[in-house]
Amino acid sequence: MNTLVECKDLTKMYGTKTALDHINLTLEKGRIIGLLGPNGSGKTTLIKIINGLLTPNSGTLTVSGMTPGVGTKKIVSYLPERTYLNEWMKVNDIIEFFKTFYEDFNPTKAYSMLGKLGINPTDKLKTMSKGTKEKVQLILVMSRKADLYILDEPIAGVDPAARDYILNTIISNYDEEATILLSTHLISDIENILDEVVFIQNGHIRLTSSVEDLREKQGKSIDSIFREVFKC
Amino acid sequence: MSWNLNSDRPIYSQIIEHIQMDIISGVYEPGTKLPSVREFASTASVNPNTMQKALSELERTGLIYSQRTSGRFITEDITMINDLKNSLAAEQINEFFKHMEQLGFKKEETIALLEQRIKEGK
Repeated sequence: MNTLVECKDLTKMYGTKTALDHINLTLEKGRIIGLLGPNGSGKTTLIKIINGLLTPNSGTLTVSGMTPGVGTKKIVSYLPERTYLNEWMKVNDIIEFFKTFYEDFNPTKAYSMLGKLGINPTDKLKTMSKGTKEKVQLILVMSRKADLYILDEPIAGVDPAARDYILNTIISNYDEEATILLSTHLISDIENILDEVVFIQNGHIRLTSSVEDLREKQGKSIDSIFREVFKC
Repeated sequence: MSWNLNSDRPIYSQIIEHIQMDIISGVYEPGTKLPSVREFASTASVNPNTMQKALSELERTGLIYSQRTSGRFITEDITMINDLKNSLAAEQINEFFKHMEQLGFKKEETIALLEQRIKEGK
């Protein structure tokens, strides 16, 4: 059994608006998967359902065979689009907070990554730039030893040099058994680290494929394919 | 640090070419140990599974070999490395002639141009 996430006929409505329309999708263990789609395509809705922050109107979604809840939160490390951390907290306070919250959190790893990115653990979040805050959050999320990492727009506010470092951190820190689901618009920056892509549009899955197969068949980068598929 | 990989082509074949070049040019000497898949993936900024695939392919050709516990090594077979060098050289030459042909030069004319160029000391 290599299935980690399974959606069957998953539908989510916001009032009369359909955000996800009868989605069937399987994500396997040990993969880095890009969840790609234009704005308002349903990426974040899907991510929120996986994390138990939204409940579907119909259909099912399971993570390691469990419906999202306490059990899945133990094995899913989630980087949301927006921060939920308190601005007045210092980085080392947050590390303590995470340590008590998650059994699989490794503070040593977090401090070492902070050091490499030159972030002072005694700084308060309030005093940091948007990019630095994003780095802190990503470090926290990647310092857990989870089965599934879900990163919603992880590198949007970060400068290109730090982006490289972050991508390398993702590559070198993730366990071969773990899966990373990554949503972003910065496709050209991340496409070389992906195994697979899921293209989503208007609540439908347009395409799922291995990235190397796509490149081989189409002779194009994922970035160009995205631009073609979703041409406005 | 970056390997300048082009996203238009499958990454694993570019990794293979890159490592082949490094072996030929002596960055990795015969018999030396290669970095782990993880380290390699991190320096190249590529997916570890892709790196794994490229290394397996290089192993299949015999250019690198793995020892169960201690990792992967460059072949000590100098003949094999030289063969690779020659076949890559042949590819370069064919490519060059093809481009010259597109510019309208026949093989003999191209060779004459080459000789002239060498005489000029360039």
